[in-house]
Formats: sequence, structure tokens, C-alpha cells
Amino acid sequence: MKDDQSFERNDRERTRGFQVNRREFLKIAGSGIFVFFTLGDALFLQQEGWGREPLPTDFNAFLRIAEDGRVSCYTGKIEMGQGIVTSLAQMLADELDVSLGVVDMVMGDTDLCPWDMGTFGSRSTRFFGPPLRAAGAEARRVLLELASEHLKTPVHELTAENGVIFDTKNRNRRISYGRLAKGKKIERHLKEGVDLKKPHQFEVMGRPVIRQDALEKVTGWAKFAGDIQFPGMLYAKILRPPAHGAKLVGVDLSGARQVAGIQVVREGDFIAVLHGYPDVAELALSRIKATFDKPESDIDETTIFNHLLNVAPDGEFVSGAGDLQKGRKASTSLFEKTYLDGYVAHAPIETHTAVVKIEGNKCTVWASSQTPFRVKEEVAETLGFPEDHVRVISPYVGGGFGGKTRNLQVVEAARLAKLSGRPVQVAWSRAEEFFNDSFRPAAVVKIKSGITDQGRMSLWDYHVYFAGQRGSEHFYNIPHHRTMVHGSNWRGTPGSHPFATGAWRAPANNTNTFARESQIDIMAASAAMDPLAFRMQHLTDEKMRRVLQVAAETFGWKPGEAPSGRGRGIACGIDAGTYVATIAEVDVDQDTGQVKVKRVVCAQDMGLAINPEGAAIQMEGCITMGLGYALKEDIHFNGGEIFDLNFDTYEIPRFSWLPEIETVIIDNKNADPQGGGEPAIITMGGVIANAIYDAVGSRVFQLPMTPDRIREAMEKA
Amino acid sequence: MIERIQFTLNGEGIQVTVDGDRMLLWVLRTDLGLTGTKYGCGASYCGACTVLVNQEPVRSCQTTVKDVQDQDVVTIEGLAKNGELHPLQKAFMTHDALQCGFCTPGMIINAYALLRKNPRPSVSQIIEGMDENLCRCGAYNRIVQAVQAAAEETKGAA
Repeated sequence: MKDDQSFERNDRERTRGFQVNRREFLKIAGSGIFVFFTLGDALFLQQEGWGREPLPTDFNAFLRIAEDGRVSCYTGKIEMGQGIVTSLAQMLADELDVSLGVVDMVMGDTDLCPWDMGTFGSRSTRFFGPPLRAAGAEARRVLLELASEHLKTPVHELTAENGVIFDTKNRNRRISYGRLAKGKKIERHLKEGVDLKKPHQFEVMGRPVIRQDALEKVTGWAKFAGDIQFPGMLYAKILRPPAHGAKLVGVDLSGARQVAGIQVVREGDFIAVLHGYPDVAELALSRIKATFDKPESDIDETTIFNHLLNVAPDGEFVSGAGDLQKGRKASTSLFEKTYLDGYVAHAPIETHTAVVKIEGNKCTVWASSQTPFRVKEEVAETLGFPEDHVRVISPYVGGGFGGKTRNLQVVEAARLAKLSGRPVQVAWSRAEEFFNDSFRPAAVVKIKSGITDQGRMSLWDYHVYFAGQRGSEHFYNIPHHRTMVHGSNWRGTPGSHPFATGAWRAPANNTNTFARESQIDIMAASAAMDPLAFRMQHLTDEKMRRVLQVAAETFGWKPGEAPSGRGRGIACGIDAGTYVATIAEVDVDQDTGQVKVKRVVCAQDMGLAINPEGAAIQMEGCITMGLGYALKEDIHFNGGEIFDLNFDTYEIPRFSWLPEIETVIIDNKNADPQGGGEPAIITMGGVIANAIYDAVGSRVFQLPMTPDRIREAMEKA
Repeated sequence: MIERIQFTLNGEGIQVTVDGDRMLLWVLRTDLGLTGTKYGCGASYCGACTVLVNQEPVRSCQTTVKDVQDQDVVTIEGLAKNGELHPLQKAFMTHDALQCGFCTPGMIINAYALLRKNPRPSVSQIIEGMDENLCRCGAYNRIVQAVQAAAEETKGAA
């Protein structure tokens, strides 16, 4: 139980590792075979305009085969439930011909692992996968060459199985990877032109395996940031304003100071109490008497949308074709609709947590963060340390969903470790987690569209405000169309949001897909067409046609125009390179407006699925989490004051919401792997909106679709 | 008030000298180093801090340490017996009933108490019995399957 000591010991062993300098590293790394490689996402991020730092041209991940035969992969990515600790190990094991059990993933440690941008955007498998596999294949090639020398047998007469190379003509002539690596120091840099295994050769990839982290997580042994403890460590509680933008005007710390053993720390308006027990620190915090000046605001969850439209920047052109005037003229029916989406919290069950320990001029940080290398920069800046004096270790992260790309809690812990002279843990309370969250932004979508008397879409003029660009482009055949984005990222523009906003699982795409797929259904209904047939009529993209078809077949879709009273809806979209089609069936209580989602079928084309079971689990997670933003989740606020501070008023999906879920991953082994952690969530708003319409003949234009909003829509209809 | 409080923890008698009004969650995590029990909301809404007291599931964030004086407390660390995982732990592994794993200890402990009361629960009884435990990753359907499988395995002898 008290394995802090073993953790410490482990830690000391690992400290002998390396800073990012490869030469230094190779000097001290001991023997083995090393393959250095660059993740595909560095280039992707540069194209996307992400690269703040000069991105590595050299390598940003590597693997090592040691003389005990174990294979380690070092990467700055982190595990937060998405399962890459397993799926990445599977890829490597397969290409290297070793069992999954000998692969160690060393993740998110800034001293041991080369620089990485962070874990977000469903990029790990897409962009890490191909070079990781190639590195595995390259290492295997090196091993075969070494074995060829050793066994004095040409490479083409050798075969590798389970970490051992055999002479195919005489299987008694054999040598293990560990033996081959012994006493050697071989460095390879991955170049292009490495042959990867073909899907029919896969032995580990594409097969379900038990998660590598499962045992630790079912026994309580798994260490999250808050589970890191040191002798002498203090838990800190920080004085928070009642609203963002509120100013501290007076404070009386005497009550807190009376708590035995408490340390009170103040630097300007930054005030904290620290104690060896977190609950005692909490008690001391409650004894601080503080007065704040809170700015007045008339912006709340109902007025925010007009405010956003008022302050919206001009639109940026994303894509388009044809001539909107002509499109309007060609249309016999025009549809001008506005869609609204409120603020949504990330609400991971693990709140933002960090431990910071300063020893002399060095600092070690354990953080629940999706961006450990950014943490390193932030802590170095906070402490005035050179960056190479800061080491960030990523324990398991208890859910991120985009919210743990911001590391405010780490900066707080670093300041307090410096001010108190002790190791410090900052673990936000649930109220702090809500208050300091970078919410999914409130957003508005305005669409003008039209159809001809033949039921063909003739016009699409799409404007999205503040959600962001991802998923804003439609994929239907519409001759005259344009897509404009006002405020192209989810962090907003100055003066737009009263608090921080940021990326939330499949950022922007939930809002965009809700609006687009609702509007498509409105036109299908107007054309008196079945919503699936209407979509198909406007689709030539084979991938999209196929996911729709597969979803429809799996569901047992029976054509009919909406509203049919059956409560069935359909929606589709593309996210992180993955195509998704979802069909849902709902019951709507006509009196209360309560919705019960009874069944969800989701088909997905994600190219090669490395770990199909893991991918299915991500889809199920997306569908379940998506019920929340579709039906309930909405931050209530006034200006910078947040009213939802726990799960009583901010309801997230629970067991009793659970629909029957069926997922289908379309077998597309010969295509590159695409994203899996986010795509299936994007359709949930649209599919439920369309199913509600099909059930009751009324459409809700605002997320979440609460019983009140549904009743209101029914009364209007 | 600082008091000496004794109770049984994962099968062994222990004694702590603490302010008896402190919450069991923090005494377990900090004084006793049992960090498997998690803080999630501090107000009994999420169930991440669930432990067994006399085989009943309680929210340790709302239970004072003096409340467990002379009682029998079991945390996630105490579920495996003689190095053998409890069938629920195995079922959570084999059914992939976890993602980030942060809610998992509370889920397993709550499910343990559920199966003790109702060794052969129906799906709707599992859903009802687990409904106050929250998972943000959305592993609910797999958790239901895992609890069913564990019930099957233990054949009512959890």
C-alpha cells in the first residue's frame, strides 16, 4: 500500500535518464538497439499553424531494444483513458514480432521522452501509428541483419517470432533479440521506405487485448497526480474570487491563521493556505474573510447569443463554389435558421491536480495534464528556472477531453512550492474545477439554404460564430454554397466570452454537426423525403455513403418522411479523418418534454482500426458523453460568476440514461488509421434533434435540448 | 477534537489518532496512504470515494472517521484476497469496463455491495443500483456487462 518509497526509488533510477540531447543520452543509456523517429503530427501541426516552438526536425520519439529483450517506446504522449498505452504497444509488438508483454510504453516524462506538443485532437494513432510501426519494422530489420552475421545465414532464410530469430531450415539455430542487443549500441534514424506488415500478417494489431493499464486501475494501484505524496508535502487551497474579473478589496486572514499547523501564503491577490492534510487546508480556507468587488454584467446563458453576434468578427471564407444569388433564384423553398449552443464543462472526474517539488535549482512536477512539455515551459517561467532544470512526469490522467491542455493548477503549485519552501500539491475542488474550466464555447450558427421543386439542394450559406472551424464544411453536393467562420478558434476573441473557453472533445464539430444535420433534415421534411434517401441523393463521397448505409442496415432503418411518430433520427459527419453515421431512436414524453434515448447505432470508417475493441469503446464513450451536451449540459452564469459548481445542478450522463448502443467499425484495413477518440461524439446533438422531430413534429434549435425547450417547441408547433 | 479511533481496515485492526470530525476519505488517502479511494466531487454526487463500511457502500467524503469507530472498513485495496483478484475486478478487466480509471475503484466497491445484496441482479437492477456513480468517459455499458459477468461467475457467492 505505501509504495511511495518504491515510486521514489523507481524515480531515482529513471532520473539517470536524459534530457532531450541525443548524444548525451546515448552516452549514458547503456547498450541496446535504438531507433529514433519523428511523429507525423509535428508536420500536421505546423500545417495547422500550431507550431509555436520550432518543431523537432530530428526525432520526437524513439524505441529501444535492451539486452533483456524488453522493448521500450519513449513518447511525450499521455494516457488519459483513450487507451493508447495499449494500442501503441500493439503496433510496435506486431511490427517487431515480439509479444505485447515485453513492450513498455514510457509516456509523458519530459526527461526521458523527447519533446511532444501534447495529447489532443485524436492524433496519437493517426500520426504516431505509421512512424512507430516503421520504427518497429526498422528495428526488426537491424535485428535480422545482426542475426544473419551471428548465425552466418542469409537474412532471407531467417524468420522472427516472439523476440527470437530462427533459421527457417533448422529451427534449432536461433538467437533472441536480447542476445543480439547485448553489449551493442546501435543507433538508427528512421528514413522513408520501410515496409510495414500487411493487414493479413497482423498478429497483435486488429485483435482485442486487455488494456495494459487495467490491472493497476481495478486494484487502486494506479497513480494519478493526487496520489503522489512525499514526506513534508503540503496540500494547498487557494482563495478564489466569486466571479471571473472580481477584484479583491479586503481580506482578513486571522481566522485561517488560528488553524493549527497552517501556513498562510500571500503574494498580492494570490492567497493560499497550506497544510499536511488537504481537508484541514480546506477548513482554513473557509475561515478566510474576503471581500471582492464583482463587476456587474447583463450577460448570462440567455443573453450570451446576442452578445456574441454583436461582437463577432467578420467571417473568414472557408470554402464555397457557384453563385449564392443563382442558388437563391434556383430555390423554390428557402430555409433561414439559427442554431444556438451553450457553454459546456469538461468535468473529468479527476479534477486538475499537480504536485511540485523543488530541490535546490531543480524542480520535479507530477501533473494531470494533456501537455506535459507545455507544463515544463510554464513551470520554468514561473520559477525563473532554465527549462532543463524542470522535469515533468505524467502519471495516469483521470480524463481530459481537451480541458487538461490548460495547466493553471501546475503554475499555482509551482508558485506555492517556491513561496512555502515545501513540496506542494494543488488538487482543485469540484467547484474550482467548474469555475476554472475552459468551457466549450457558446456559439451561434446561421444557415440559409434552399431546395428546388425537385427536392434538390440548391443553396447553402453557412455562418458559424465562435464554435470554430472544425466540421463547419458540409460534404453534400450543393451547386451554390459557401462556409464562413466568424472567430475561427474556440478560445474566442477579446470581449467575447466572460471566462475561458477552449477545446472540448471534437471541438467545434459538435456544434457544426448539430446545425448542419438539423438543417438537412428540415429540407428533407420539406421535400417530403426520407432523411436517409435525401442525404444519399446529395452524396457522392463513397465513404460517407457507406457509413450511412451500414448504420441504416444495422439499425433496420425503414424509409419514411419525418415526422413519422417513430422517434428515429439520422446524422452524419467527419472528424479527425473519420467518417461517422449515427441513427438514434427516442421516446419523448409529450407532457413533460423528457427524452429517453432508447437505441443508438453508430457506424464509423476510421481506416485501419489498430485495436478494434478499443476503438469501439471510444465510440461508446463518445455516444454516452454526447447524450450530456445534447440533452442536459449547460453552464448557467452571470458575467464571470459561474452558478454550476457541482454535479447536482450540472448533470452529466449516468447509468439510467444509457441507451442500447451498437457500434460498427467498417473494415477498411488498407487505409491509414484515422482518429478514434472524438469522431462519434459529433453526431449526438444532430441525431437526437432529428429523432425528437421525428417523434413529435417539433424541432429544437438550441443545445442542450432540455425538457423545457422541447415543450416550448411543441407549443409553438 | 483529537481522538484515538480504531477500526478494521481491509481485514486488519488499526488505530489512528486524529480529529474525529475529519472525513474518512482524507484520513484514508493521506494518513493511511490508501490512495485508491478518490475525491471526485466532495458532496456525495459522484461516488468516486465509495468504500464499504460493514459491507454497506458509503461515501467516504461525507463520513467522518469517528463514524467508523469499531466498524469494518474495506477499500478497493482490500478487495483482492490472498493475491487473487475479486471476480468483479477481473470482470472489469476482461470487459474493458474502464477508461481513465478514476471512477473505477468507486464503481467496483459499489458493485460489490450491490451483488452482496442481490447476487443475481437484472440489467435494470444493476443500472438502478449503480446510478449514483458517475463516469465521464462513458464506460457505463461495459460496467453493466462486467457486473453481470461477475454475478454469473460468483453464482451468488460474492
